[in-house]
Amino acid sequence: MNGEITVSRAFSPALAGATARRVLTQLRHDPRTIAMMVAVPAVLMILLRYVVSDSLVLNRVAPEYIGVFPFVIMFIVAAITTQRERARGTLERLMAMPLGKLDLLAGYGIAFGLMACVQVALVLVVSLTWLGVTLPGSAVPMAVVAVLDAVLGMACGLFASAFARTEFQAVQFMPAFVLPQALLCGLIVSRDHMTPVLRWLSDVLPLSYAVDAMQRITASASWTSAISADVAIILAFTVAALIGGALTLRRRTP
Amino acid sequence: MKSAESGDGAGPVVSGQDLVVRRGGQLVLDDLTFSIDGGKVTGLLGPSGCGKTTLMRVLVGVQTVTAGTVTVLGLPAGHPRLRARVGYATQAPAVYPDLTLGENLRYFGTVLGLRGRRLTEAIATVVARLDLGGLDRRLVATFSGGQLARVGLAVALLNRPDLLILDEPTVGLDPVLRRDLWSLFHGLAADGTSLLVSSHVMDEAARCDTLLFMREGRFLAEASPAEILKRTGASDLESAFLALASPERSAVRQ
Repeated sequence: MNGEITVSRAFSPALAGATARRVLTQLRHDPRTIAMMVAVPAVLMILLRYVVSDSLVLNRVAPEYIGVFPFVIMFIVAAITTQRERARGTLERLMAMPLGKLDLLAGYGIAFGLMACVQVALVLVVSLTWLGVTLPGSAVPMAVVAVLDAVLGMACGLFASAFARTEFQAVQFMPAFVLPQALLCGLIVSRDHMTPVLRWLSDVLPLSYAVDAMQRITASASWTSAISADVAIILAFTVAALIGGALTLRRRTP
Repeated sequence: MKSAESGDGAGPVVSGQDLVVRRGGQLVLDDLTFSIDGGKVTGLLGPSGCGKTTLMRVLVGVQTVTAGTVTVLGLPAGHPRLRARVGYATQAPAVYPDLTLGENLRYFGTVLGLRGRRLTEAIATVVARLDLGGLDRRLVATFSGGQLARVGLAVALLNRPDLLILDEPTVGLDPVLRRDLWSLFHGLAADGTSLLVSSHVMDEAARCDTLLFMREGRFLAEASPAEILKRTGASDLESAFLALASPERSAVRQ
């Protein structure tokens, strides 16, 4: 009727941007969720500070937790948001419209990535000033790794949501997907002291590399090639999870 | 303005050939061959669970098809170029309750390729057509059932599609609103839009230009209300449907 033909492209930055804006607007209407996303990691760090009263121990473990908390929170937020989109029928509506799957995933990535930056900024400021966590070098490597962990958590959450038929199941993916990683990532027991089977499991789970990277950052004043390798693995897991998310996001469903 | 393939009553806008859809081993659409004329309001009538929604999902390209071919506006159903030309409203409103009306319309309008002044005008048009004035800044979550149904339709109308597929758009609405929506549908058809409207309420059948009577994944009749009444000798369309359905019932199918 408008006489125009919209040519479908694989990716449209304008549509990804519109989707990111839409997701952020949804969050803006829900201030309690924003407050929790931003404040919970910082509050947990404060709690950790008083649980671990020894400042030497705190300096060692705090960075590991800074890598894990944003991952966990972004996982659950992304899994539930996507599941809701399926359950409400808006995903089906979008799939019948000229929106590419990558536009949708990138939109989510941009929106939650920005939220992750705010989240990590707050947890770092609280930890490095008020809680007195000290680092051998600058805080930038830690901020970079923490944001990448949050984005990884989001990508895993998007992918996991494809396997949840209900919001209730999506919530339970948190303990099912995330807690085993938290047990095996080196947070509780050093990865070097694990039995071969556990160590092997630990090696194939993404959160292990987040903790590894944080450990190296606390051990060295400068960026090392080992940190680069960990970051590369985190990025590879993120890309794989996003590709998995795109593959499980089907235009046609039975 | 209108392209030849989009209708004006000139030939079918949708045609299906031997369409079969199986879902979980169950035959949902049983070898359907049909066509839908342009520039008319075609009613898809039948009891709940007879396959109406599945057929509509096939036409918009979100349903996995087992066998057969379906052509929509001269292209295979689900073709990327159709996504901006076919409007679709599901039974559930499929909009974001945590966005305002204006935010919903702006996001879906952008996805449909509208920008700037064209977007603003398109929104003003659907808001006026569906009597949603003054609700722009209200969260959709606070809307009544009738308002929600109209928001779902407003999104489908945004980019003035050539073909509108509306799944039970008037079910559960008050009589005044139902009458207004049917006059809107006929107004759109008079402007050259083709509409396929489903319902399980037989008293809506008389409001359609053409009818597709459906039962258990098959068509019982494809004709105008007057012709169906004449053929069955029934006094109203409900009795006509029952008369058409009963020989099917006695012939037990495998």
